[in-house]
Amino acid sequence: MSNCARCQQPMHDSPLICAACGAVQSVAGIDYFQVFGLKRAFALDTVAVEREFHRLSRRLHPDRFARGSETDRQNSLAATALLNDAWRVLRDPVERVEYLLKIEGHAVGEEHAGKGKSAEREPPPDLLEEVFDLNMQLEEIRMSQRMGESAEASTMTEIAAAGKRFEAMLGEVDAALQAEGAKWDAGDAATRAQAAKKMIELLDRRRYVRNLVRDVRAAVTAQALQQELYGGNFVAESL
Amino acid sequence: MEYIVGIDLGTTNSLVAFMQGDEPVVIPGVDGSNLVPSIVTLDPPQPAADGESLPRPTVTVGNSARRALIATPERAIYSVKRLMGRGIEDIGEDLKLFPFRIASDVQPGEVLRIQLGEMSFTPSEISAYILRQLKRNAERFLGAPVKKAVITVPAYFNDAQRQATRDAGRMAGLDVLRLVNEPTAAALAYGLDRAADAPARTVAVYDLGGGTFDVSILKLNDDIFEVVATNGDTHLGGDDIDNLLLMVALDEIRTEHGVDLRQQPDAIQALRKAVIEAKIALSAEPAAKLDIELPGGGRYQREIPRAVYEQLIQPVLERTAGPCRQALADAAMTPEQIDEVVLVGGSTRIPAVRRLVDEIFQLSARGRRPHTELNPDEVVAMGAAVQASILAGSSAATDQLLLLDVTPLSLGIEALGGVVARVLQRNSTIPASATEHFTTGVEGQTNVAIHVVQGEREMAKDCRSLARFDLKGIPPMPAGLPRIEVKFLIDANGILQVSAREQRSGQQAQIEVKPTYGLTDEQVEAMILDSFDHAEADFAERQLIEARLEADTILSAVDKASENSAWARLSDAERAAIFAARDHLIAVRPGSDLKAIREATTALDAATRRFAELMMDEAVSQAMRGKTMETADRTLNADEIHAPHPFAPAQIEDEPVAAAQATGERHD
Repeated sequence: MSNCARCQQPMHDSPLICAACGAVQSVAGIDYFQVFGLKRAFALDTVAVEREFHRLSRRLHPDRFARGSETDRQNSLAATALLNDAWRVLRDPVERVEYLLKIEGHAVGEEHAGKGKSAEREPPPDLLEEVFDLNMQLEEIRMSQRMGESAEASTMTEIAAAGKRFEAMLGEVDAALQAEGAKWDAGDAATRAQAAKKMIELLDRRRYVRNLVRDVRAAVTAQALQQELYGGNFVAESL
Repeated sequence: MEYIVGIDLGTTNSLVAFMQGDEPVVIPGVDGSNLVPSIVTLDPPQPAADGESLPRPTVTVGNSARRALIATPERAIYSVKRLMGRGIEDIGEDLKLFPFRIASDVQPGEVLRIQLGEMSFTPSEISAYILRQLKRNAERFLGAPVKKAVITVPAYFNDAQRQATRDAGRMAGLDVLRLVNEPTAAALAYGLDRAADAPARTVAVYDLGGGTFDVSILKLNDDIFEVVATNGDTHLGGDDIDNLLLMVALDEIRTEHGVDLRQQPDAIQALRKAVIEAKIALSAEPAAKLDIELPGGGRYQREIPRAVYEQLIQPVLERTAGPCRQALADAAMTPEQIDEVVLVGGSTRIPAVRRLVDEIFQLSARGRRPHTELNPDEVVAMGAAVQASILAGSSAATDQLLLLDVTPLSLGIEALGGVVARVLQRNSTIPASATEHFTTGVEGQTNVAIHVVQGEREMAKDCRSLARFDLKGIPPMPAGLPRIEVKFLIDANGILQVSAREQRSGQQAQIEVKPTYGLTDEQVEAMILDSFDHAEADFAERQLIEARLEADTILSAVDKASENSAWARLSDAERAAIFAARDHLIAVRPGSDLKAIREATTALDAATRRFAELMMDEAVSQAMRGKTMETADRTLNADEIHAPHPFAPAQIEDEPVAAAQATGERHD
């Protein structure tokens, strides 16, 4: 723990503000976990962190320094932005995983897969067949929609079922991420390296599946709109 | 005592409020009204005084400007908020519907200028005149200088619109301590009445004003007002309803009476006044009547039953439903999870709006009613005063309150192929920051151009262009080697700041910011209203000067009164009362008793009120007879207007027939 830049007292809990004199500190080099006085970990007590977010907001927010010096106001702005950024990222389980892996020195997402040949477009091997079928059906639906027709009811049913399966798959990925995260939190260096590798793969798989879910939802929504439009409901409602 | 006031700079009306003890109070103007209509007119040219090369332009703001709106529409402007932070290429729709006269030399990509008579002004300058009037009203009321303010903006205002508002404050001589989102301000105003130990709850604020629509969803917990999602439309409001009614009336007058009023701005303003009155009446009555004398002696008479009116405005109201649903989706909430709904803005007085809100948030189905206890016209200004008090730390009632707002629009950078790379998602709590890294593509490259946009669309061209940055002074290195870190920071006002650094050399990269629709600091500086506002040294003397000017204005109006035909319509007793009040004011004016001058001015104003009303009537009927044709060359881009015909001809008895006709014609 460092000392306060103004009163030189040792700092406790959050490094953003001095508990003794209330001075907002410079934020350089502070990570999102340190903002809340936490050790790096994948597991997070979001209720407790939210409470801390509110407590720190009350003390750091620019509203509290409207009459302060220029330095105080700049520090408050920077510290509150960091606090908000930290809470926004840490409260989201997936963003939290990506962030923690990144500050631990791992390449994730685009950096991992490389721009352009993104992992999002290369299906995981075990999904190849299913994804091929799904894409055929999606294309079929898009074709009919372009012609101004409704897609076959059977195709829509299959698509909806596939959407459900992929959504369930997202849930499985998230559970697996959580399990690997727990291993990392409790493990030694070797365990951590293994867990991190697993999580990076899981993140790639997650992005891929999430895009599939999104495509299915878009197709189903477009179909619903089309039916309203040509079923006459849309015209009546717009009056 | 230093006052920080709260200002609602509205499309239709503007207000100023302050914290009196623990209560926000709206400050009335000289005329006793809390609302200052957002109307600005350029006064007739004055002959240059001795020693002055050019006469200083003077303007009239508010209720006093209403008369000029009809008498000299080419010197007047209203609803200028619609033009804030916008370019000539994105106001096409507004030009069809509003009598905005854009200065002829404005180029695409430039800040707009509006022609008033022989001069032109930016929207920020026009707004500055309104702000200056509010500032003066506050100073008059408080008896002390007012230099600091909190100003509200629609939550859905983008960066350029916010900057234009802040610039206006600066031009008016105000230090704008904070821009607060209007729906959030309304929540603050309501929140004050609550018990401190109330349980956590979720509130939706539905704010349909004169020209803008916002919806915000907030979590209220332990004195923290935390916005979780916001959405809206900065071009949707009561104005749109007025325009719809106006176009219908213009169209009918043309087809049924063969009279084309569209080329007559004064007649249009008079007609606008009539349809607005009808709109207001229809919120309380089952029907409203339009009865207007036309040039050539005919009359346009029309009864508008409420059912027909509601069907006509339904498409406008429906446009508020989408943003409400999007805000709910962004907050990951269902309507049932919204504990309370607050209605803000004059347009929420319309029963059809209330029914729509009830349906969207499932209120009556859950045995709930929306909050309407506070005046929907005043609640935003009151909330601004609460925020001002939070910043001042001046009231125990606001000591513990904290507002956490969000940015309404995603921030992005134009990437290869014109697609947007998101840097910050909408609904991120502000202040918020994001860091991006850039590099060079060519050996020895020393500049990198960055285009920042705001919006939700995939392509940069469909988003709002905020600024183009040129990162300069990058040390020459092989392509791809420099690592330039650019930090985007959205401050508590929702305004973007950018800084950059080349990481390998540690050199601070220079940034040249070209705001796409903004004014530079130098331009704002040059537009600071040239007035004695800066002579802070002698506040009392300034007040005396202003009081005498006020007195002169009304005295000269009374001098000319007998020339007006309305004068003959006054009784002898009324005329005698006016003369008595006039003589008294003339007597006290040269003295230095500020209070006496003001009281005498107010007394004369009261004595002439009926005369002013009569004169207004005359002006309206004259305008309708087309007697002020010298302004007829001003157009309203009228040829573009294609109005629906929701009203059946003549007096309507049979509503279903009228309704059927309305739907039939809408699809032509």
